[in-house]
Amino acid sequence: MSIAGRQRLAPAFAAVLFVALLLLPARAWLEGSMTLQMLVQIPLLIGVGYLLPAALPPRLDASIARWNHHGITSLVLASLAGMFWMLPRSLDAAASEAWMAFAKFTSVPLLIGLPLGLGWPRMGFVVRGVFLLELIATFFRLGWLYLVSPIRLCNNYLLDDQQHSGEAMLVIGSLLLAGVTIKLLWGRFNST
Amino acid sequence: MPMLRTLLASALLLVLGGAVLTVATDGFHAFTSETARRLAVRHDPPPVPAVTLETQSGAHVKLAELRGRWVLVDFIYTRCLTWCLALGGEFAQLQDQLATPLADGRLVLLSISFDPAHDTPAELAAYRQRFRGRDHGWLIARPTSKNDLRQLLRTFGVTVVPDGMGGYVHNAAIQVVDPQGRLVRILDGGNPQAVAQVMRRKLP
Repeated sequence: MSIAGRQRLAPAFAAVLFVALLLLPARAWLEGSMTLQMLVQIPLLIGVGYLLPAALPPRLDASIARWNHHGITSLVLASLAGMFWMLPRSLDAAASEAWMAFAKFTSVPLLIGLPLGLGWPRMGFVVRGVFLLELIATFFRLGWLYLVSPIRLCNNYLLDDQQHSGEAMLVIGSLLLAGVTIKLLWGRFNST
Repeated sequence: MPMLRTLLASALLLVLGGAVLTVATDGFHAFTSETARRLAVRHDPPPVPAVTLETQSGAHVKLAELRGRWVLVDFIYTRCLTWCLALGGEFAQLQDQLATPLADGRLVLLSISFDPAHDTPAELAAYRQRFRGRDHGWLIARPTSKNDLRQLLRTFGVTVVPDGMGGYVHNAAIQVVDPQGRLVRILDGGNPQAVAQVMRRKLP
């Protein structure tokens, strides 16, 4: 399929994914474990927002771009919203309070995914590099913290679940690092 | 020009986002809900719900009847092999360390079971028996309805999670209720000396 065709389908796919994530059995399953909520549900919600820019009217897209040089505004917004959803307290509340669950399902796609979708194509090599390295560092820092913390950071989740999340974050951080390394050694940069 | 607008927008977002994060962490003090609930009860002590409990002797006690005394509350289930055993041992030690206020009725120890289906009065009595089973000042009780249990857990901020092996895990702590019937402090389990010290300061 052509790139234009894929772009036209992206918002529809995002809508289907969003509804699937909202369905009660999916929610109960994904929020029943810290690892699944943090490393599957929230990233998928970010993905929903990331696919949305194709649905924006070109004029709106252009006027946002005027305030989003090199995608820097996007990065600031996505990082701040990301920090909020990295707090153990936010994860905990999203699993037990209805209004926090609502906040998660709206703010994660709209304040993390959508800005990243708008900003990523505008980011240059350096901005992307800084973003990716900070993301990798965050996975390592949080992963380590979750792995060694002797106390439960979320009242809703068990300690071994928390430790699994830590392991998984270290694995994801390593994979991202390997990906960046491969790109640096063998990748082509003029194409992106 | 786009650079200037971008800087402006980013600065605005940083200020807004910083404000949201400050509120969301109680001024960078509470990153977990456990710390948050401890801060919250100190700032704004919630009244404990008016529920009726059934004690280890089968008697019914209304929480409101305990007004006028200090109450130390912990949440347990008797099949527990970990935290609640530690908490039980701690209450037994507190019986020694706070013997005088317990004897003259200024203080009550109250263990509430969050597994009322299994924890009958007989089970509750057996639980206390495991810790030398002395009678003075230590009530072990179960809520009499599902709704009461939900209200208690909510007010005291206790989250109970099945551990996948037939038991439960919960945020174990010792909660302090003042003579006006308000939850005023949440203390860490594991250090009965510290709890006794806090209580000696509060008791007249």
